[in-house]
Amino acid sequence: MGPGTYLDFEKPVVELEAKIRDIREFARGESVELSRELHLLERKLERLRQDTFSNLSRWQRVQLARHPMRPCSQDYIDKMTTGFVPLHGDRAYGDDRALIGGPAMLGDRPIMILGQQKGRTTKEKLANNFGMCHPEGYRKAMRLMILASKFGRPVVILIDTPGAFPGIQAEERGQAEAIARNLREMSILPVPIIVSVVGEGASGGALGIGIGDRLLMLENAWYSVISPEGCAAILWPGEAAANAPRAAEALRVTAEDMSEFGLVDRIVPEPLGGAHRDPNTAASLLHATILECLVELSPQPVDDLLARRRDKYRRVGVFAEDETF
Amino acid sequence: MEWFRKAKAGLSGESKRDIPDGLWTKCGGCGEIIYALELERLFWVCPTCDYHFRIRHSDYIRLLLDEGVIEEYDRGLVAQDPLKFRDKKKYPERIADSQKKTGLADAIVCGVGKIGGRGVSFGVMEFAFIGGSMGSVVGEKVARAIERAMTRQIPLVIVSCSGGARMQEGILSLFQMAKTSLLLAELAEAKIPFISVLTNPTTAGVMASYASLGDVIIAEPKAQLGFAGPRVIKDTIHQELPEGFQSSEFFLEHGFLDRIVRRKDLKSTIISLLSFLCGPKAGVVEKSGHTLPNTVLESAETL
Ligand SMILES: [Zn+2]
Repeated sequence: MGPGTYLDFEKPVVELEAKIRDIREFARGESVELSRELHLLERKLERLRQDTFSNLSRWQRVQLARHPMRPCSQDYIDKMTTGFVPLHGDRAYGDDRALIGGPAMLGDRPIMILGQQKGRTTKEKLANNFGMCHPEGYRKAMRLMILASKFGRPVVILIDTPGAFPGIQAEERGQAEAIARNLREMSILPVPIIVSVVGEGASGGALGIGIGDRLLMLENAWYSVISPEGCAAILWPGEAAANAPRAAEALRVTAEDMSEFGLVDRIVPEPLGGAHRDPNTAASLLHATILECLVELSPQPVDDLLARRRDKYRRVGVFAEDETF
Repeated sequence: MEWFRKAKAGLSGESKRDIPDGLWTKCGGCGEIIYALELERLFWVCPTCDYHFRIRHSDYIRLLLDEGVIEEYDRGLVAQDPLKFRDKKKYPERIADSQKKTGLADAIVCGVGKIGGRGVSFGVMEFAFIGGSMGSVVGEKVARAIERAMTRQIPLVIVSCSGGARMQEGILSLFQMAKTSLLLAELAEAKIPFISVLTNPTTAGVMASYASLGDVIIAEPKAQLGFAGPRVIKDTIHQELPEGFQSSEFFLEHGFLDRIVRRKDLKSTIISLLSFLCGPKAGVVEKSGHTLPNTVLESAETL
């Protein structure tokens, strides 16, 4: 990883890794015997990795979820599936490049796979609006889901968005309506839906493609009603950036938190230090979990599937009864 | 637990509290100083510029439900603090303050009433309770109101007034959008009508869930509607926002609203819509089926 592609708290690990690489190359080139030194350094590195990555704060996980090298939805689609045919457009207004999707094979199963695609290069990020959908993105997603349900294919969804785009055109074209409609229609879509938060799950922008029979979260993904920065801007106006870590703690945004609230079905482990440190392993872990879910869900009669989906969402909420009101 | 309540007589607009003697109120639209009793007769709508003052949930009960009576349900549902959310104030303290201020357990009142003689499952939000925000309690009460409509086979009417999902309950608030929308899918399958009434403001998580899913969606004039807040949009696009952006009129122009309805016409409009959606009801005079007090009607005529 080059400079600028690692986070502050990753720096000691990245530097030690570079040092070991340099020594190994030097030893090879000069035919010097340094195996004892290397062995010691590697043990040190292992300890450092454990210390750095095994007790991540919520804010550190948010940073990992936004890591510039983190695999994007397209990476997961490429690594997990074969024969992906990207389809475009919402058949109404346009094509939202923040939302990619189309049919693919997951093993020997035909699926419809959709995801928010932030993009890797600056050019791609701009074209994809950093993974922030306009209404046509939500409508495109719905169109593809309806296509899948027509032919009885399960839907696999990858969430990775800093939010639905807050802009003039997005409002003009009905951002709220597009999201609301998806929530309603996805809750009765008569095929299995498996949703995975692979990076950022910001608010309605994430939920708008987020209703399903299984909700998976990658270990370092985050999901909340508002971004830590958005929350901090409301609670500590003028000093939002400084308070984002505090907001991340207050909002309880991690996969573990979600699991404690009973909202997440499975947490998908990532390679130590995050998915970007070993994208192939990250993708194969996600692939295996999605496949297990498909095996569980596919034989279920549609009525059972929908009844269980209904119960799952109907139960959500924490409240009490107070007779004094 | 059921509660039969009659909303207190007299509409009590937001700004009345700001005036020491309660006699005169400054219009938020044109700045005119208006006699409060006059405003009360006009449903808290400015006679000069048509500005709709924000009114309380109890005002809408009085305005829309026959005799101003609601058979209230789920009044005692109260919020918990699942996140142990702390900012400047603890979440339970915020709740307690709002409860004291509004007399409500949370930001919505739901129950059953009649509109033009027809039974409806009715919900009305209270902005004074943490900005009308939707946490678990609002989500649950909306869900139960939808279920009540299905069980009793009566139409659903919800008057929204909300800044969106409640931050202090985090992801649980967000998922209330899913819960309410899911039940509206069932309501739609059961062919029970839902009229969504939007008032100032209806935005974010509420707008992006049940408020946008009415069979018919009507709004009061000049309400702030939309998904994202204007400050967030401005900070994102670094542009000034056009005049009237995200107003009811803007939503109507862009095709996301069926109709803008002035406050004095809300009830008669809902009655007319319900006649279409549910079919005419025997024994009910639909034409001028108001049960509003005559004085209110008369003063409304002067608008
Ligand atoms: Zn005025």
